[in-house]
Amino acid sequence: MPVAWLRRLGAMTLFFGQVCARIVPSLGKPGLIVKQIYNAGARSLVIVMLSGLFVGMVLGLLGFDTLQRFGSEDSLGVLAALGMLKVLGPVLTALLFAGRAGTSLTSEIGLMKSTDQLTAMQMMAVDPLRYVVAPRFLGGIIAMPLLAATFSVIGLYGAQLIGVQQMGVDVGAFWSQTQNAVDLHDVNEGIVKSLVFGVACSLIAVYEGYQCEPTPEGVGLATTRTVVTSSVMVLLLNYLLTAAFLTKS
Amino acid sequence: MRYAVGGRAIFDGLNVTARKGRITAFMGPSGTGKTTLLRLITGQSVAERGSVKVWGREVSTMSTRELFALRQRMGMLFQNGALLTDEDVYENVAFPVRAHTKLPESLIRQLVLTKLHAVGLRGAARMTPAELSGGMQRRVALARAIVMDPDILIYDEPFVGLDPISMGVICRLIKQMNEALGITSIVVSHDVQELSTIAHDSFLLSGGKVVASGTPQELHGSDLAEVKQFMGGLADGPVPFHYPAPDYYSQLLETAS
Repeated sequence: MPVAWLRRLGAMTLFFGQVCARIVPSLGKPGLIVKQIYNAGARSLVIVMLSGLFVGMVLGLLGFDTLQRFGSEDSLGVLAALGMLKVLGPVLTALLFAGRAGTSLTSEIGLMKSTDQLTAMQMMAVDPLRYVVAPRFLGGIIAMPLLAATFSVIGLYGAQLIGVQQMGVDVGAFWSQTQNAVDLHDVNEGIVKSLVFGVACSLIAVYEGYQCEPTPEGVGLATTRTVVTSSVMVLLLNYLLTAAFLTKS
Repeated sequence: MRYAVGGRAIFDGLNVTARKGRITAFMGPSGTGKTTLLRLITGQSVAERGSVKVWGREVSTMSTRELFALRQRMGMLFQNGALLTDEDVYENVAFPVRAHTKLPESLIRQLVLTKLHAVGLRGAARMTPAELSGGMQRRVALARAIVMDPDILIYDEPFVGLDPISMGVICRLIKQMNEALGITSIVVSHDVQELSTIAHDSFLLSGGKVVASGTPQELHGSDLAEVKQFMGGLADGPVPFHYPAPDYYSQLLETAS
């Protein structure tokens, strides 16, 4: 089992190198990348916004309940903002991305493979890694931080909605404490995390699609592997990045 | 040439030549490796022993760049069409032109419409592959295969699953491409009747070798048992109908007990 995992990791690393080598040439067809940003980003927007709102509202409820025990419910904004920016925004967006856009990428490329579309491209002297994989990979990387930012903003609004409108936290205290406590370092942490998660989720999705068995069962298995591997990888990377940022500060 | 998969020889001692400007047909029962032969010619697979040459150049030793340059002079019609499902008919045909040239849109439009007209589907330019029948998809794929004016056209089972009208249209198109443009055509199929009307040279493959070759008429007149069985569509002959299995009755009884 460890040998198989190691082999897969090696194959994925080689694949990552091949895709990276095609990123610059693929920029020559910006239309392809814009289309993929739309597919991975805009089409995930509704689910990300809805999830962000509900997570923010839950954070507002639980945060208020905990903080009022210490008489510091005015700090609800700080708790929500830091929680959203540093962890919940990037991590939950990445998990949602893996489930919606990642599976879509894997099954799309897998079906193209099983219907000979990738072979047909090769026969037309067109490199599928450049025309199919690289734009989708880039689209995912660009879309992820934008989605994570949207998630965090909507989530913060959800927390404010519950804390201020329902629980009676002072609106001035909510926002001024947030403004004082959150600095650029916290925002950077969120951006770096979402970028790293974007690379990981997009790479896993395109790799699984490109390498899958060209059969209906093979595409199904590859799609499942995309969700499982991406989710585990996001949680692992989140721990490593959180530890790295804490050590740095 | 020898080619094997997992130790099982698909071809062993195969020696064939497709001549320039002619239609060469490779026939044979299912599973004889006809599509594999096309993969070897186009450099998608590499022979274990021997050589595969196109225009006198060894395919297996070509770099990716050389292979892509070779493929730009080739067109291939896939068994299932292999059209890009997220693009419409027009964009499918325009795809290789956009990928390899910087022609202005007006010229691409003329090129695409000319090729679509040749296959009778100019009116379907804005339809998606999902809206087309199998025969129409095959014709769009043919338009895409010829849009770059290739020197060699390769057809993988072009008649499979087609109604008689579509089959006749594809047959006529293959012949027209060859006669009007002088394109060298390689057709892989097991439709004996259709191939007989268009092929200049034929090879009958079985057991990894060429069992007979010549014009379709010569093959029809052959006395070889394998050729007779294939050309006549007979179940009994050197090519067994049944895959090797234990005794029929004893196996049935065994299952029942």
